[in-house]
Amino acid sequence: MATGHFKRGIAGGRLSPEQYADNFSDLHPPLDHHEALVESDRCYFCYDAPCMNACPTSIDIPLFIRQISTGNPIGSAKTIFDQNILGGMCARVCPTETLCEEVCVREVAEGKPVQIGRLQRYATDVAMAQDKQFYARAAPTGKTIAVVGAGPAGLAAAHRLARHGHEVTILEARPKAGGLNEYGIAAYKSIDNFAQAEVDYVLSIGGIDIQNGKALGRDYQLSDLTRNYDAVFLGMGLGGVNALRADGEEAQGVTNAVEFIAELRQASDLSSLPVGRRVVVIGGGMTAIDAAVQSKLLGAEEVTICYRRGQEHMNASEFEQDLAAANGVTIRHWLQPKRVIAEGGKVSGIELEYTAMDGEKLIGTGERLTLTADQVFKAIGQSFVPAALNGSGALLELEGGRLKVDAEGRTSLANVWAGGDCIFGGDDLTVSAVAQGRDAAESIHRALTSNGRA
Amino acid sequence: MADIRNNFVGIKSPNPFWLASAPPTDKAYNVIRAFKAGWGGVVWKTLGEEGPPVVNVNGPRYGAIWGADRRLLGLNNIELITDRDLQINLREIKQVKKDWPDRAIVVSLMVPCEEHAWKAILPVVEETGADGIELNFGCPHGMSERGMGAAVGQVPEYIEMVVRWCKANTRMPVITKLTPNITDIRKPARAAHAGGTDAVSLINTINSITGVNLDSFAPEPTIDGKGSHGGYCGPAVKPIAMNMVAEIARDPETHGLPISGIGGITTWRDAAEFMALGAGNVQVCTAAMTYGFKIVQEMIAGLENWMDEKGHASLDDIVGRATPNVTDWQYLNLNYVAKAHIDQEACIKCGRCHIACEDTSHQAITSMVDGVRHFEVIEAECVGCNLCVNVCPVENCITMEPLAAGVMDQRTGKPVSPVYANWTTHPNNPMAKVAAE
Repeated sequence: MATGHFKRGIAGGRLSPEQYADNFSDLHPPLDHHEALVESDRCYFCYDAPCMNACPTSIDIPLFIRQISTGNPIGSAKTIFDQNILGGMCARVCPTETLCEEVCVREVAEGKPVQIGRLQRYATDVAMAQDKQFYARAAPTGKTIAVVGAGPAGLAAAHRLARHGHEVTILEARPKAGGLNEYGIAAYKSIDNFAQAEVDYVLSIGGIDIQNGKALGRDYQLSDLTRNYDAVFLGMGLGGVNALRADGEEAQGVTNAVEFIAELRQASDLSSLPVGRRVVVIGGGMTAIDAAVQSKLLGAEEVTICYRRGQEHMNASEFEQDLAAANGVTIRHWLQPKRVIAEGGKVSGIELEYTAMDGEKLIGTGERLTLTADQVFKAIGQSFVPAALNGSGALLELEGGRLKVDAEGRTSLANVWAGGDCIFGGDDLTVSAVAQGRDAAESIHRALTSNGRA
Repeated sequence: MADIRNNFVGIKSPNPFWLASAPPTDKAYNVIRAFKAGWGGVVWKTLGEEGPPVVNVNGPRYGAIWGADRRLLGLNNIELITDRDLQINLREIKQVKKDWPDRAIVVSLMVPCEEHAWKAILPVVEETGADGIELNFGCPHGMSERGMGAAVGQVPEYIEMVVRWCKANTRMPVITKLTPNITDIRKPARAAHAGGTDAVSLINTINSITGVNLDSFAPEPTIDGKGSHGGYCGPAVKPIAMNMVAEIARDPETHGLPISGIGGITTWRDAAEFMALGAGNVQVCTAAMTYGFKIVQEMIAGLENWMDEKGHASLDDIVGRATPNVTDWQYLNLNYVAKAHIDQEACIKCGRCHIACEDTSHQAITSMVDGVRHFEVIEAECVGCNLCVNVCPVENCITMEPLAAGVMDQRTGKPVSPVYANWTTHPNNPMAKVAAE
């Protein structure tokens, strides 16, 4: 163990270069050819397969697995991409244990589902390694569409629109496309710069122009888009991070988990990335787990997740919780932050209060606990920031603090569609964002043409 | 403890597991290893007549088909009879028999279809002290093009003639090995019987092409761009072999003729099934070629355990026990009615029973009941075909439940008759036999 392990405060270089490389290698290594054949043979090719119905993008899972088993991984990839052009990333980041694999009949029967996610990765990897393109653009329609945000929803929408012959411009606030695929997921879930490779693969269809560094509300207004384009798709995600509502949260060392995760993904040298010796993560979702596990992998000595409700209420899947536990992260329940303790402006601990259910209501019990910490991550959810919509915001109806859309993704504003995390009623999953982007694109296509005919 | 000692046409071996005439029995080295592993006997790889030995191809000699985890399901080969000098083989046979007197050594033979050729080889084999001979009338490739092997086995008159020559010229027991590459296995068996054979052994391998290379468009195995049909064996051929064994065992003309069962035998259970159908012992090749000789230990222990569990004291208690239950379709009881039943506790809801029945059979299994995914047999539609049982991935989840006599068959609307009745007396049969007035 490198001596850096016990450096006090927030510091980098806690581990040896080999340890960094090892810690951030592929979480689920790819299946090799033979493993894929054996695993694909486990699929029963169910009738009206539960896995397919559980997939937000409705990928024909039994069919793509059968295609792998018959030695046709390219055909398999097409089956996947037909429904989900970001099938490669979804294969890596989907919480399959709560989607397709949860309902796999083999999970029901023997507690060992077919490894659908890894098989999907196998097929999509084969196709992407060959840069096999399956889709040609339809004849140009002359219609132009603006897409706000180059995340999963925006990319899926753009690809489908480009396929239909429309011209698409994506406006992306960040320096790189990919959205949360690029900035928002744990490094060990997507290694080797896969997010950018996938963006390139999606863009290969042509007809999609990405302009980076263009933020809605800062560099242009929604009204500019509605005026200059035939249709607009909003897929800008969530811009805000919920506050702790604890005293002293402005202390140095209190960080948004999403920023930490983004910084880590962009870091070229992990040893230069500082992390605390004792880290406390507040939250109970995937972001909390990603931040906590990665803190540990960066060499933090002690990492504790504090969640204000019980284990059964955590948004993080059981698999993710086990992953955290396996990496030495302690998960504590029924604790809410009350006060960040600082010394010289820097975090030195956090005071928490035990909670309990009082009927339907969560209450503090009054009992307090103090944990030593030199870094505190806030991972208690993100929020939609309607301010970016500026003047036009008044016209866009919100619901539950996010954009209100109908079943096809139409907002309350004519010619404006939306999808992904910025809309109300979603489940904040990459795969759902892809489905919403794709379906909104079909709706836009129908609206701009005569029932799909140019 | 069950006694699994075997006496097959007077040839004694400590167990009924012999290695078939094939590459594993081509030389002393292999045979000694087999005996050390526990094999009861071997049929030495086929010897040809004196003179320059045959030659084999030097490219691939085997082709295969596999299950998903490369489990070898079927193997084919285009190897010929031994390509070693006759005298070397004879010397080795003599020595091994001397060193392993309790094991059976039968020598497989294939010489031209002329009496002098057989007359020449029989005494030299006899001189080795071998326990018997097996006439290779089955080899389907190469040798058959030269008028031997399957070329003899496909002509019952030749079989009878050669068997007669052998019986007239040796005191050794004669086992006639039959080819399955014919339309009715009873014909060659009857011919061998008529010629005086002591036993038949079957099946030899089946003409086959295991695959086609879709780049070179050549059959597998491919030798310099070309391929030739080889002999198919291994687990895939077992059902075909068992039917042929049963056909001979229940044929009135050959009933009682000892049979050495061959064809895809891999486990003790396979062996027990062949023996139940009438085989006095079994011969194994592909399983040994796949896993090595050690498998015989599983076969011995498995057979003994099963016999102990069922109270069978010796092999005589099991050989032929299933033969009387193999009959012609026309004698099956048409009044027997069974319905599929799905155990809802065991059902994993894969829906394969439904789609198999819905798409290809009788529309007798639901997929949805009251808006819930649910698979249940609709008795009024179920003909009891058993397809759902066969496609269900869960053992014993779907079972065929016989309807008791008197119970209403919802499909026909008639009660199940307690009377056995078959096609021979069925009113729809224009050839129906009418009971005497």
